[in-house]
Amino acid sequence: MSDIAAGQPVPGEAHPRQGLRGGPSYLTAEHGLAAWFLTTDHKRIALLYAAALTVFFFIGGAGAVAIRMELFTPAADLLSADGYNRMFTLHGTVMVWFFLVPSIPNTFGNFLLPLMIGAKDLAFPRLNLFSWYLFVGAGALLVGALVAGGVDTGWTFYTPFSTGYSQSYVMAAALAVVLAGFSSIATGVNFIATVHLLRTPGMTWFRLPLLVWALYGTSLVIVLATPVLTLVLLLIVAERAFGLPIFDPALGGDPLLFQHLFWFYSHPAVYIMILPSFGVISELVTCFSRRQVFGYTFMVYAILWIAVVGFLVWGHHMFVSGQSLFASLVFSFLSFVIAVPSAIKVFNWTFTLYRGQITFEAPMLYALGFIGLFTLGGLTGLFLASVPIDVHVTDTYFVVAHFHFIMVGGAVSAFYGGLHFWWPKVTGRLYPEAWARFAAVLMFFGFSFTFFPQFVMGFLGMPRRYQVYPPEFQIWHVLSSSGAVLLAAAYLLPMGYLAWSLIWGERAGEDPWQATGLEWRTSSPPPRDNFRAVPVVDTGPYFYHPDKEGPRHDRREAHQNQGHET
Amino acid sequence: MSGEAEALREPWASLRRQREAASFGMWLFLGSEALLFGGLILAFSVNRLLHPDAFAGAGHETNVVYGTVNTVVLLTSSLAMAVGAEAARAGLRELALLGLSLTLALAVAFLVIKGFEWSADIDEGLFPGQAFKLAPPAAGIFFAFYWFMTGLHGLHVTAGISVIAWITWQAWRGERPLESPAFEAAALYWHLVDIVWVFLYPLLYLGGRS
Ligand code: HEM
Ligand SMILES: [Cu+2]
Repeated sequence: MSDIAAGQPVPGEAHPRQGLRGGPSYLTAEHGLAAWFLTTDHKRIALLYAAALTVFFFIGGAGAVAIRMELFTPAADLLSADGYNRMFTLHGTVMVWFFLVPSIPNTFGNFLLPLMIGAKDLAFPRLNLFSWYLFVGAGALLVGALVAGGVDTGWTFYTPFSTGYSQSYVMAAALAVVLAGFSSIATGVNFIATVHLLRTPGMTWFRLPLLVWALYGTSLVIVLATPVLTLVLLLIVAERAFGLPIFDPALGGDPLLFQHLFWFYSHPAVYIMILPSFGVISELVTCFSRRQVFGYTFMVYAILWIAVVGFLVWGHHMFVSGQSLFASLVFSFLSFVIAVPSAIKVFNWTFTLYRGQITFEAPMLYALGFIGLFTLGGLTGLFLASVPIDVHVTDTYFVVAHFHFIMVGGAVSAFYGGLHFWWPKVTGRLYPEAWARFAAVLMFFGFSFTFFPQFVMGFLGMPRRYQVYPPEFQIWHVLSSSGAVLLAAAYLLPMGYLAWSLIWGERAGEDPWQATGLEWRTSSPPPRDNFRAVPVVDTGPYFYHPDKEGPRHDRREAHQNQGHET
Repeated sequence: MSGEAEALREPWASLRRQREAASFGMWLFLGSEALLFGGLILAFSVNRLLHPDAFAGAGHETNVVYGTVNTVVLLTSSLAMAVGAEAARAGLRELALLGLSLTLALAVAFLVIKGFEWSADIDEGLFPGQAFKLAPPAAGIFFAFYWFMTGLHGLHVTAGISVIAWITWQAWRGERPLESPAFEAAALYWHLVDIVWVFLYPLLYLGGRS
């Protein structure tokens, strides 16, 4: 065991390449504020996004803190009913559109997509910068709406409440989400064009790393789903601002039409949030088990399958809305169908671990946590996809637990895992491993502690979106709120030691993990133009051991980077 | 510097590839736009099925003369845009500028005519609300769609005008080489604006008159 620990020199391994390639790093190539705020370098824009996302993570997190504090006791202690509505709306809106949707694509995607396919930059660098300004403008509008008094409709903006009754700042919030949507569409278009047109020679479609495939699938969904969200939100704005009665039941309008259109976007949107993390996990699991990914082509088709079928299941959010039973059954069936590719991915990660040389660096701990939590979240999705069970638990904490397992236990864990994995590449510094392992384990337990009780109380009948509740549920809420303290610590801790590592961290070599992606064959941090010479590719990804044999069990295999220089 | 070199931008190695990317990116965006208007047209159609009589009656009240004239204006502008973009690609400066300016003139004409139509509609009491003149409740829904659809389309026309005006101005001043892929991309966008109208026109103006 000990002789295959990471970091040991490997027989046959070339000397780690020292020194900078292709000039000064992107961080030092230019100086001054303008060089940051007017940059078209995808790597700098990734950092701009990271900064903005951190701010929103804190704002959304503040909403979560308020919710969990209020729910500590059955009575209303801190917030009025209206104040509570505004808090969970703030939390949901910010976390979904201003954190989770852009999180992995706009940070790691922006940074890594060109590097992983051997390109100098994204296809439309100025559009990339523009999308950041749109995003920040949208965020400012949303924060303005929240400061002015907030929104009380929930992140789902259901009509007729949002159009006819709500007295809050629905219009500003809806417009903010529309703008953020434009920013996502711009990113999606940029990524798709980049993958189509800027792959380095030899980087064929079926040699793309799975993170690239995942970002590609995500971008397709973004480009095709987001405009429908734009549409429904503009319809709400039109009804509120100009009195155009599109969803008004008094005139024969159909509020359910809103739900259909909203979920036509929002179910695909859950895959916008989870697909990129599938990509990240594939990179981590292969690297830290020194294995070629099991079933590469199946992984690719699973991503595309999810991207397509994700558009056909929206009605599972409307089982109790009064839609026809026939429609419900069809949507239920299709929801089972879409669980298949997700399950394929989980099985393939597990098979990748099988007989691998597993080491437990922090990114791997996050990845393993992801697999467990995502599996639970996905399986409970199947509970919800069966009509009779859903009728029982709809609008309860069971649903809340389901999607937090996937979006927080899954996507946010993957985000942190990716952050640790690529931190040396982004900053040129290694993070302190012991602290990071501790934080990863703490996140897993803090998360489970927070959200597992919600399954139980949801199944027992605790409805979502109330700030008062019958006393018999208190025990579960206390568990959940206490777990949230641990979870918060686990989120904050990395911010501390990662910042510390910027100054005192050990310098990272080019390829600290001995990984195979093209991003690891340039200096850390990379130069402005990414590579000194364009890398050429003639193998698939994940060459952690020779093709036809599994890895040895007695010592570490030499890995082979996907590219070589011309 | 030659126009080709001037038109070439990071991260592209050749202008041919860059041009391909500009059109491809624009097509992707048009796909997105298609879902925006597709969703809207779907919502309209659902309501039309739910309230056939009210929609037929309300559709009869739209101003078909303005609508038809505008259809002709917009289709012609698309022709002018196609001429402009192709001429730019072929390096024919005069013709390109002529095509682009004609597009702009027709686009502005479209908005002006639309403005007259909207103000006539308001005078006639066709804006949903207190002064709305039609009795069937669902007629209000028809006109909600009418205002929303023509408004959203008008916003697209305005965006198109801004972009085309900007690149025409640059081309006229010699700041943007004719080789720039922007002309073709703008033309693609403009044709979309045109095609959307081709769907809106029968739905809003002809549906109530069949
Ligand atoms: C394995 C496939 C999945 C299935 C079969 C599934 C099924 C469902 C169903 C049936 C509901 C509606 C429950 C109700 O409202 O009564 C639901 C809610 C939800 N799911 Fe999933 N889900 C799956 C994956 C995901 C993923 C990957 C995410 C996020 C990344 C996600 C996020 C959500 C959210 C946010 C809601 C609640 C929306 C709301 O009402 O606010 N789900 N899911
Ligand atoms: Cu769903």
